[in-house]
Amino acid sequence: MRRLRGGLQALLVYAVLAFLAAVYVAPIAFMVVGSLKPDARVLADMGSAAAFVPAEASLENYRDVFGRVSFGRFLFNSVLITGAIMLGGLLVNGFLGYALARLRWRGRGWVLAGLLALLILPLEAIAVPLFYQVTLLGWRDTYVVQILPFVAHAFFVYLFYVFFLGLPKELEEAARMDGASVLGTYFRIILPNAKPAFATVAILTFLFQWGQYLWPLMVTSGERVRPLPVAIAAFRTLPPLQWGDILAFGVMMVAPVIVVFLAFQRWFVRGVAESGLKG
Amino acid sequence: MPLRNRWKSFIDRETPAAWLLAAPALLGLLAFVALPFLLALALSFTDLRMGSPLPVEWAGLEQYARILSDPGFLHALRNNAVFAAVVVPLQTALALGLALLLDRPLRGMVVFRTLFFLPVVFPMSLVAVVWILIYAPGTDGLMNAALATLTLGAWEPVDFLHDPRWALPAIMLLSIWQGVGFQMVILLAALQGVPQTLHEAARLDGAGPVRRFWHVTLPQLRNPLIFVALVTAILAFRLFDQVQIMTQGGPLDATTTVM
Repeated sequence: MRRLRGGLQALLVYAVLAFLAAVYVAPIAFMVVGSLKPDARVLADMGSAAAFVPAEASLENYRDVFGRVSFGRFLFNSVLITGAIMLGGLLVNGFLGYALARLRWRGRGWVLAGLLALLILPLEAIAVPLFYQVTLLGWRDTYVVQILPFVAHAFFVYLFYVFFLGLPKELEEAARMDGASVLGTYFRIILPNAKPAFATVAILTFLFQWGQYLWPLMVTSGERVRPLPVAIAAFRTLPPLQWGDILAFGVMMVAPVIVVFLAFQRWFVRGVAESGLKG
Repeated sequence: MPLRNRWKSFIDRETPAAWLLAAPALLGLLAFVALPFLLALALSFTDLRMGSPLPVEWAGLEQYARILSDPGFLHALRNNAVFAAVVVPLQTALALGLALLLDRPLRGMVVFRTLFFLPVVFPMSLVAVVWILIYAPGTDGLMNAALATLTLGAWEPVDFLHDPRWALPAIMLLSIWQGVGFQMVILLAALQGVPQTLHEAARLDGAGPVRRFWHVTLPQLRNPLIFVALVTAILAFRLFDQVQIMTQGGPLDATTTVM
């Protein structure tokens, strides 16, 4: 009796979840299916279940996108900018987190207090003066202006700090006794023991930067250094309006992220969960 | 050597190395976060206009007085507040519901978790562009057609993004859609951290599932829930991408935000 009730309950849970998931994933399915259809079909099928059936499927729209804009260029820009911020950020934020959590030094208290103050400042609050600043420096419409301001990140320093604090003290004592330098201790002892912290920061950086829209919109004017999020918004307003092409552009823009997400799924989810539970 | 002195020499020995390690990140934070913030604070007391050749003059609190009496600004602030007041509780409750559904030792939960998390990896600009099409007006629009089916035809098609009554709710819906997976994952992790012994003890005391939820699960989730709600609230006041792409603040300023 008890087992039967458990089985029924499980069935109910599956049914509810399946329904919710279907509704929830519908916009994504609509995008992918639509990207395979001729433009006229996308609009004609939208009011019925046909919106989710890939009739007359072809890769025509995908070819169109490459013919109409330099998609490869935008993809390269996005990869370059995101990659540079990720690598630079892991290095410098990790260093500062390590110095704050594991070293004794004059000024540590002040730096920590300052960091906590910066933690709550969103980009939007400083976007206008930052824009003014980089304009004075003549940095508009470059890669540098899209990378450099985002490498050092108070939240990621804080995540490293909290994570490194939690490592046992004995870890580096032996290394120190053997006369290892501060830097040597970091790379040989701390880093290998804190891989989840690095994975978390890498993933969160990737997630935030790949979708970054406001700042590149402000600082780029041409297509040369423009990343994907700004490019798709511009592509939508590029005449003639071809929804099939726009959806194909969207699929190609998110496909790399989904591949990375599915490959590192466990890390992704744990990384997000950890940033929430530790923050 | 007395202990106190040894401690001091330890601090002095590590200080140069620590500053060297801290320097790159500190310089970045000072130059690109602290400096612009201070600049914003200072400039807000002047009458600086970008690209204007007039000399910058000290204006004191004039700007604040002007902006606080500007109906446009107040209206935008109100939109942000309404957005937060609806989205924060709704999204948090939805995320909690999903997390509770997924927090079961059943097969396939990873698949569902993956599906609900998927939109989180979608850039907002892409979501906005795709949802413009979903919100297409008339019976042929995907959202209109779906609502008509769900209500068995009782739904009157609306032009979501050009109707002042519908534009803000429409933007709320896609924001929740994109963001709820993020919160769900955090709450799910927190749920799995709730000690099973607490539930067992409550069950022995005769508490049913509802009582166990209110008296065991919820109190244990207090901190993650506060965190999740706080982050959503902060994000609500930074609302920009979807509005800029979908409605540019229109129609009739129904979706103007502070940003």
